[in-house]
Amino acid sequence: MNVSATVTVEGFVAESLATHGRDPRHLLQHLIRVQQRFSYVPDAAVEALSAALDVTRTQVRAAIAFYAFLHDRPRGAFEIRFSDNITDRMLGSRRLIRLLIERLGLAGLPAWGRDLVRADGRVSVGLASCTGMCDQGPALLVNGQAVTNLDAQRVDRIADLVQEDTPLERWPGEFFRVENNIRRRGLLLGNPATDGAAVRRLLDAGAEAALAEVERSGLRGRGGAGFTTALKWRFCREAPGTDRYVVCNADEGEPGTFKDRVLLTDYTDLVIEGMTVCAGVIGARRGFLYLRGEYRYLLPHLESVLQRRRAEGLLGTRILGADGFDFDIEIHLGAGAYICGEESALIESLEGKRGVTRKRPPFPVTSGFDDQPTVVNNVETFLAAARVVQWGGYWLRGEGTDQSAGSKILSVSGDCARPGIYEYPFGTPVHQVLADCGAENTQAVQISGAAGATLSPADFDRIIAFEDLPTAGSFMIFDHSRDLLDMVRNFAAFFAHESCGFCTPCRVGGALLRNLVEKVAAGQGSEYDLSEMRRIGTVMRRASYCGLGHTAPNHVLNTLDKFPLIYGRRLARASHTPSFDLDAALSQARALTGRDDIGAHIEDGSEVSA
Amino acid sequence: MSKTFKLDGREIPFETGQTIMDAALAAGVYIPHLCHNPEFAPHGSCRVCVVDIGGRQVSACTAAASEGLEVDNSSEAIGETRRAILQMLFVEGNHVCPACEKSGACQLQAVAYYTGMLAPHFTHFFPRRSVDASHPDVVIDFNRCILCELCVRASRDHDGKRVFAISGRGLESHLVIDSPSGLLGDSSFAATDKAAHVCPTGAILPKGRGYETPIGERLYDREPISIVGDVRAQEEEVL
Ligand SMILES: Cc1cc2nc3c(=O)[nH]c(=O)nc-3n(C[C@H](O)[C@H](O)[C@H](O)COP(=O)(O)O)c2cc1C
Ligand code: SF4
Ligand code: SF4
Ligand code: FES
Repeated sequence: MNVSATVTVEGFVAESLATHGRDPRHLLQHLIRVQQRFSYVPDAAVEALSAALDVTRTQVRAAIAFYAFLHDRPRGAFEIRFSDNITDRMLGSRRLIRLLIERLGLAGLPAWGRDLVRADGRVSVGLASCTGMCDQGPALLVNGQAVTNLDAQRVDRIADLVQEDTPLERWPGEFFRVENNIRRRGLLLGNPATDGAAVRRLLDAGAEAALAEVERSGLRGRGGAGFTTALKWRFCREAPGTDRYVVCNADEGEPGTFKDRVLLTDYTDLVIEGMTVCAGVIGARRGFLYLRGEYRYLLPHLESVLQRRRAEGLLGTRILGADGFDFDIEIHLGAGAYICGEESALIESLEGKRGVTRKRPPFPVTSGFDDQPTVVNNVETFLAAARVVQWGGYWLRGEGTDQSAGSKILSVSGDCARPGIYEYPFGTPVHQVLADCGAENTQAVQISGAAGATLSPADFDRIIAFEDLPTAGSFMIFDHSRDLLDMVRNFAAFFAHESCGFCTPCRVGGALLRNLVEKVAAGQGSEYDLSEMRRIGTVMRRASYCGLGHTAPNHVLNTLDKFPLIYGRRLARASHTPSFDLDAALSQARALTGRDDIGAHIEDGSEVSA
Repeated sequence: MSKTFKLDGREIPFETGQTIMDAALAAGVYIPHLCHNPEFAPHGSCRVCVVDIGGRQVSACTAAASEGLEVDNSSEAIGETRRAILQMLFVEGNHVCPACEKSGACQLQAVAYYTGMLAPHFTHFFPRRSVDASHPDVVIDFNRCILCELCVRASRDHDGKRVFAISGRGLESHLVIDSPSGLLGDSSFAATDKAAHVCPTGAILPKGRGYETPIGERLYDREPISIVGDVRAQEEEVL
C-alpha cells in the first residue's frame, strides 16, 4: 500500500542496511521489511542484499521461497491472508473467504501456497496457517496486521475499504482489537506486576543460588518437549564458549495455541525479566525474542517495554548497577514457517537462513546461535522462571503433581461457550476443563495442537501433566455436530505445507498422506488406502529427522484408532480403489469420437476389486 | 583396547567421535545410505540409513557410536522402513531407470535393489522438472535429483564455490543453481569440481560419455552395492 514512486527499491534497501546493519544474519529481517514495503521482494532487492551481505543471490531467493510471508512476485497492495486453522473453519471462515473473493471480483479459491492476486495489483487473498486468534476467529491478516471476529458484515466493510483504497491507519480500530480472554487465573496469571524483583533477587543471592531455586522448583519447559529448565540453563552455563545467548521462543506456531500472545501482551515485563534472569545465570550479554510474523502488531508494544526497562536500568549495561551484568534483547520476526518454532530451525532463522532443522547433537545449549551456547525457552517458561527466582522453588511446587510442578496455561478454542485462556494446576482432568469452558456434547478434544493427541470421551478422565497428557497448551474442542475428517484434512494439509522439506519421510510422506486423506474424503478410498495411511504415518513417526515429522501423522493414526467411523462411512468399497481413474482418462477419447454410450465407459474398476 | 558396540550381533570397534556409519564402514559392514559420503560432514536427510537402537530409530550416519549399543541393521521392520523411504524418493521425482544413462551404476537404484524394493508402490507425483544442458561438459537432469545435497556440500565445502543450493520448502523443495540466469552454463561450475562427481543418482552426468560401459556390465550389474560400495569410490579407483 502507498508504494510511493519516490522510494526506489535500491534506496529502501540501502536505508534498511544503514539502519539495521550489514550482518548477513540480518538477511531475513531486511527481506521482511522489503516485503512489507513493496508487497514482494523485487529482483533489485535480491541483488542489493546479496551484494551487501555477502550471501549468494541464490541463498536470498531460497529464503524467499522458504518463508510463506515472503514473495518473489507482487502480492496485492492490500495483502490479505485468512487464518486457515480448523477452528477458523468451524467459525465459518470458508464462507467468508468466498464472500470477500466475490466482492473483490476475484475468481477461484486460495489454497495453501496459492494466492489470488487481482490484476490491478490492488489486493490479493491467500491463506495462512493458524494465526493464533482461535478464541476470537475467524481471523485474517491484512499487510501483517491481525483482524479478528470476522463476520459477513466485517468482511463486507473490508471489501469497501479495499475498493476505496483506504489506508490501514484509517480502518476502524475495532477491527484490529485483540482480546486477552483470560478466564481462569492461577500461579502465573494471578499477578502480572513486577518491578524487577526477580533480577534483584538474582543479584542479591547470586547466579548459583538462583539456579538452585529453578532446580528446586522442578520447572519443565512449557513449549512442548518438557525438558527440565534448570538442567538446560546449567548445561549452557557450563558449556565452553566465547559468548552465550538467551532466546525466547515466541513462534507459537502450533495450531490452536495463543497463550504466548496473551503473555506477550499483558505479562511482558515478567517474560523479559525471565530472560534477564536467565542471562544472569548463564552469563549471556545478548538475547533474542523470536516473534512469529503473525504477531507483528505486538512489535511497538514490545519495543516500548524493552525501552522502558532500559531506562529503569533493568536492561543494557550494568543492570541495576551491577558490574559486568550487561544484557540486552533484540526482537527478530518470523515470516510464516511453523518449523521455525523448533529450536534449532529457529536459530537458523535467527541467523537469517531458511528455517531447516539442524543436526542434533550438538544441542543449542552447547552450540546454538553463532555456534555458541544458547538457551531457547518458551515464553511461558521464562515467565515461570522469573517468579521461581523471585519467590523460590517451593512456590511452584505448591501446585501440580510430582513430575509436573506448577500450572499450565491452556488456549481453549472450538466448540465451547467460553473460549480463551485458562490456567490450571498440572493434574487437572480434561473433563474439568470442558466443564469450565462450557463445552457440551463433546465428541473429541485435540490436545497440544495439530501435532498433539486426539482424545475421545474415554480419555476425558486423563490428566494434563507431563506423565499423562503433555501439552504445549492448545486445547481444541469438537462437538458431535462436527465431522472429524474435516479436522484431519485441515491438519494433513497443514503439515504438508509446513514440512521444511529436509528429510524424505516428512517431505514426501506428508504429501502422500495429505493426498490419501483427500482421496478418502472424496469418497474414493478403500480399506487399502487406510492401511497405506497407517504405513506412511508409521514411517514418518519413526524415521523423520525432527519433531515435526515425528508428530505430523499423530492425528491420522489417532483418529484411525479412535474414530474409525469417520473414515469407514466414506469408503467407496471395501478393498482396493485404484488412484488412477480409467474412466476419466478416457474422457478425451470420448470427446474426440463424440461418443458417450455405455460402451465408451469403463465400469469404475469394480472388476479389480471383485 | 578399543571400544565396541554390537551391530546385528557382531562386535564393531570404534573410536570416540565416530558415528555408527563410520565404524560400520571401517569394519566392512554395509549400512545402506544415499546422502552420506564419508568425505563430507554427516547430513542425515535421506533417512535410508535408519537403524534401530532399543526400539528407537536413528540415522546411522549421524548417530554417535557408543560403548555397548545394540544396533539392528537388518530386521524386517528396518527393511520395511527403508523400502518405504526409497519408494517415497522414487515417486517424488521422475526416475525412468530403463532410459537413464546412470542405470546400473546408480546408488539410488542399487540401494533399492539391496533393500528388496520391487516397485515404487506409492502414487507418483510426476513433478514437472527440467533438464539443464547449458554447461559444455555436464548436464543436470532435475528429474532425478533426490535432494541429498551432496553437490551443495561439495561445491561449498570442497570447491569453495557455492554453485548449488536448495530452495523452497516441503515437497516444493528443489535444487537451484547460483548464476544470473539460474543455468549451470552461466555459473562458475567446472567438470573438474568435486561437485561434479558426488551425485548418487543420474542427476549430474558428464556429457559425451554416454553408454561407455554397456548396460549389463556396469558396477551394480556385477555385484550388489553392499559389496562394491559407492559409485564415487569406484570412480576414484578407476582414475
Ligand atoms: C515442529 C516444532 C515446532 C515447535 N514450535 C514451538 C513453538 O512455537 N514454541 C515453543 O516454545 N516451542 C516450540 N517447539 C519446541 C522447541 O523446539 C523447544 O523445545 C522449546 O522452545 C524449548 O523451550 P521450553 O523448554 O521452554 O519448552 C517446537 C518443536 C517442534 C518440533
Ligand atoms: S521431519 Fe524432516 S522434513 Fe519434516 S520438518 Fe523435520 S527435518 Fe524438515
Ligand atoms: S543433484 Fe545429485 S548430488 Fe545434487 S542434491 Fe540432487 S541428487 Fe544430490
Ligand atoms: S545416509 Fe544417513 S540419512 Fe542419508
